[in-house]
Amino acid sequence: MSVEAVVFYIFAIAVVFAGSMVITVRNPVHAALFLILAFFASAGLWLLLEAEFLAITLVLVYVGAVMVLFLFVVMMLDINLTVLREGFASYLPIAFVVALGMMVSLGLIVGQDNFGLDAVPPVVKAPASYSNVEALGEVLYTEYVFPFEIAAVILLVAIVAAIALTLRPTRQTKAPRPERQVAVRREDRIRIVKMDSE
Amino acid sequence: MLSLAHFLLIGAVLFCLSIAGIFINRKNVIILLMCVELMLLAVNLNFIAFSHFNGDIAGQVFVFFILTVAAAEAAIGLAILVVLFRNRNSINVEDLDTLRG
Repeated sequence: MSVEAVVFYIFAIAVVFAGSMVITVRNPVHAALFLILAFFASAGLWLLLEAEFLAITLVLVYVGAVMVLFLFVVMMLDINLTVLREGFASYLPIAFVVALGMMVSLGLIVGQDNFGLDAVPPVVKAPASYSNVEALGEVLYTEYVFPFEIAAVILLVAIVAAIALTLRPTRQTKAPRPERQVAVRREDRIRIVKMDSE
Repeated sequence: MLSLAHFLLIGAVLFCLSIAGIFINRKNVIILLMCVELMLLAVNLNFIAFSHFNGDIAGQVFVFFILTVAAAEAAIGLAILVVLFRNRNSINVEDLDTLRG
């Protein structure tokens, strides 16, 4: 077995192990940590496929930002684990059957018969001077510049939406409400009392 | 020698695992979100494998956009989760029956 194959199998086993732990562990914090392991191992697989930029992006963006966000939320919420685990055992058989059925059918499609070395010949490794970042950047800023701009807008929308959803107005601040000030009528403020002089 | 089928099979295994995870953790919204992330990871692996073996960089560009959208989705999903927990004090899917669904 070549070195490449050994590396592939190590990362593949890590990905599958981490994936199966994510869905079975009790504690959501442990699930998030195993998901981080899955991302790291996939980044290794992507490096084997010569997608260096995306592998590093996966580690930076996913492990560095998204999974930290997950951990924050998991630790912030005081959740009752025993209630959430109800029905775990009862759904296990159907989950197993569905997953196994999908796996068998997918395996028949993407197995060695259709996508083996005979069907898809191995590619020549890129020379050391080849830069994945450069190649990706070249098409990203020319051919795909419009989708790229839309992606930026999507991120902006996500920022605004996340803040708008979670922002609670603080009750301590004393700010004037202009709409109520304008709507004030004379009767609201002044009461004329008729009384005899004494 | 590694073939395209090796990588596609890993992607398929990961996808099936996350399907099973959605089935067995159907009460916990956080784990459901994690399973969706795992699914996207499996799909991305397929895209990159095809991109490498076909010598076409478009697959990697697509993965770039998927990563962007998935990050946005995770941020909004978690924000909704936080608001939900604030209002109902629970993230159990069974409690979310206001719409009678």
